[in-house]
Amino acid sequence: MISLPNILLAIFILSGISFFFGRKHSLAIVGGTKRAQELHSRPTYYGWLLALWCFIPAFIIFAAWGLFNDTIITSIVVRDLPASLQSLPSSRLELIINDIHNVVSGSFMGADKHPDIVAAAEHYKNLQSLGNIAMAVAVLCVAAGGLFIGYRKIVPEYRARNDVEHVLKIVLIICSTLAIFTTIGIVLSVLFEAIRFFHKVPLTDFLFGLDWSPQMAIRADQVGSSGAFGAIPVFAGTMLISAIAMFVAVPVGLMSAIYLSEYSDKKVRAVVKPVMEILAGVPTVVYGFFAALVVAPMFRGLGEAMGMDIASESAIAAGSVMGIMIIPFVSSLSDDAINAVPQSLREGSYGLGATKSETVRKVVLPAALPGIVGGILLAVSRAIGETMIVVMAAGLSANLTANPFQAVTTVTVQIVTLLIGDQEFDSPKTLAAFALGLVLFIITLVLNVIALYVVRKYREQYE
Amino acid sequence: MNRQTMDNEAPVNNNGNSFHGLLPAEQHKRILRKRHAAEFRFKMYGIAAVLVSILLLATLLLTIGVNGYSAFQQTYMKLDLTLDANDIPADDLAHANYQGVVKSSLRKMFPDVSGRRELRKLYSLVSSGAAFQLRDKVLDDPGLVGQTISLWVPADDDVDMYMKGHLDESVPADQRRLNPDQVEWINKLRAEDRIEKRFNTTLFTAGDSREPELAGIWGATVGSFYTLVVTLLLSFPIGVAAATYLEEFAPTNRWTDFIEVNINNLAAVPSIVFGLLGLAVFLNFFGLPRSAPLVGGLVLTLMTLPTIIISSRAAIKAVPPSIREAALGIGSSKMQTVLNHVLPLALPGILTGTIIGMAQALGETAPLLMIGMVAFIVDIPGGFTDPSTVLPVQIYLWSDSPERAFLERTSAAIMVLLAFLIAMNAVAILLRKRFERQW
Repeated sequence: MISLPNILLAIFILSGISFFFGRKHSLAIVGGTKRAQELHSRPTYYGWLLALWCFIPAFIIFAAWGLFNDTIITSIVVRDLPASLQSLPSSRLELIINDIHNVVSGSFMGADKHPDIVAAAEHYKNLQSLGNIAMAVAVLCVAAGGLFIGYRKIVPEYRARNDVEHVLKIVLIICSTLAIFTTIGIVLSVLFEAIRFFHKVPLTDFLFGLDWSPQMAIRADQVGSSGAFGAIPVFAGTMLISAIAMFVAVPVGLMSAIYLSEYSDKKVRAVVKPVMEILAGVPTVVYGFFAALVVAPMFRGLGEAMGMDIASESAIAAGSVMGIMIIPFVSSLSDDAINAVPQSLREGSYGLGATKSETVRKVVLPAALPGIVGGILLAVSRAIGETMIVVMAAGLSANLTANPFQAVTTVTVQIVTLLIGDQEFDSPKTLAAFALGLVLFIITLVLNVIALYVVRKYREQYE
Repeated sequence: MNRQTMDNEAPVNNNGNSFHGLLPAEQHKRILRKRHAAEFRFKMYGIAAVLVSILLLATLLLTIGVNGYSAFQQTYMKLDLTLDANDIPADDLAHANYQGVVKSSLRKMFPDVSGRRELRKLYSLVSSGAAFQLRDKVLDDPGLVGQTISLWVPADDDVDMYMKGHLDESVPADQRRLNPDQVEWINKLRAEDRIEKRFNTTLFTAGDSREPELAGIWGATVGSFYTLVVTLLLSFPIGVAAATYLEEFAPTNRWTDFIEVNINNLAAVPSIVFGLLGLAVFLNFFGLPRSAPLVGGLVLTLMTLPTIIISSRAAIKAVPPSIREAALGIGSSKMQTVLNHVLPLALPGILTGTIIGMAQALGETAPLLMIGMVAFIVDIPGGFTDPSTVLPVQIYLWSDSPERAFLERTSAAIMVLLAFLIAMNAVAILLRKRFERQW
């Protein structure tokens, strides 16, 4: 059976064979292993050279076909559809194309398959296998051609090593630029959908609106059928929960960093530090479960005992658990900053007769402050972007409130709830998630850039 | 303390008379005492902070353990099943009415129960999986038809909860998950030694299910495995290649600066944004299948790459220049130096970083929700494009279930996940300890 994975496998096997072939051939032209030093490069490099000549052109063709075969075949199938189907409006046509794809992949469960669709699916399958055969032949020809060119190139003076290393270096460069492509991918994918959203909902409504209820009504005449996309309550909820998290994490994290770096002896530090780092390694879904199972009912019970009304999904439950998650983050970054303060400053302070705590408060902390602030900013950006804890323990309804005992919602919660389940990609409801994602990306990016700038600038001071 | 504070202090001796500035020794003692008290308090704050974080970790782990340990046991019931040849036609063993066989055996055990509602309550004591277990047994050995066999089958999750002592006595009797009649029947079965708790193998061998007693984490574990394989196969070579280029070959110019800034930024982008990227690019643009480990692995690759690149760069940087110079000195090319000398020496560090990156990927949930890995999937995935879920997502799904029995299963799944994570981190630490050299 000629399928894409099989063709890929064939390319790999062919390249492997040509490696050994090239190696052997290079030795053969100088007359055996004993005279291998007459070659410019070691025989392995000639093998690699031939393998690359075989692999690269074949793989390029394969990748191009793999990326575009679906589009090409679909367009041919659509062109060949009966005229009655072709004249349908584009949205109906999309559905039919979708049906054809489903029949082809065998996942179509609908009982009433239109004969035209079945015929089109058959057509699609035929074209696909025809295309695969054509591609297999093309790949084989190109691989053979590459092999021939490479084979002709192998002469004792040929600098195989330089060429192979050149190719390898290009591969390394491509790998390192992947980070840029990912960033571009994030920006473009989020931006495009967000722009589509802002065509339907004005930017100002989104940024400054006070009402968030993205649920679309089923009927057009229903009250609030348009949905409201004022994101202020969502941002406010995010800020509230992050603030609570920082309120927990900063004092605990900072004080433990001070204690571990200035007071505790090495043995205690060697035990306590890894233990605290376990907190950072616990998956966030576990924190979410902990928040929903233990912390939220605990706050509720406390509230009842004190005669207060605390929602079962309160900002304080989600925020405080998020704070626990961030403790090791704050403490390890503060620890770095405190350790970077030169010992001479401390000794100067001790020399003046200051106690340890006075030295820490009046000398070490001010000196380490930029680093600590940078760390806290990074922690804030992490709190803003954290998803699972808030999804499991914060609420869904957007309340504009500063009361930590009420349920609030956050940017990440809204993204998750808007995108889970059935989606249609032209409704403002789904697109709103991407707009929120864009805001989230921008906010965390700005925070990170500032934080990294602060941390880096400060580090240079003592070096 | 400076002069000013000393002047402002109004030291008082035992008689209450002021000796302002007259007895400096006394003054100093008071000030020192205050300063030492402040010192002591400050130190205590530090200890308290450390204790608080350790205590919180302990609470977290303890809660999970206390809630979850009972999930490793499951209540089973012994039924005497009469496999009448009339009920089970030999030519269609797979579709016989095994449910009926189970029901009639229950009726036989409690002959005095009558009435449709009462009988339904009786039937509900046994898991719906019992019939499937019986079917599989008969399909394995068709010779059983016509005999009466006794078989241990899983009990319903409510029975299980009662046996584990989780029956909520505070709820009015008629609203409990098990009414007093059912409790009586269970106690009768218990007296006959027909009911017992056993090790819960289902938890480790089954996929997801709506019935807690039939639900397991194997499907999610396999899904996690496939996802991690994709992540590892892509992120390790690409990450190491990128780190090698940036550390060994890249000229210092704006372009490499730009790449570096990008990598650092990506390391701090919220994980859910990668989910949005995966949804828009891999699912909508490239048309890859939803809920597939392939897409999950691609998304997690983009997420873990920065971690691997950063740690690999640190490891490569730690290899001393003398090694490179020696290799270059005997005629190696730059590439040979890197491939044959620098990378092998940096490998332990690179592997440590990779394992830590993989552990992060294993625990990651949010971006996978975006690409549809939250689907309810019963089957064990058999490949990279099969619909599947992963362990943390399974935990998320179960934590949402209203049944009490899913609570303990959620905790048990968390324990399994944490065990994997601890094992991975232990390997990383071991690698670091054994192979990392101080040059």
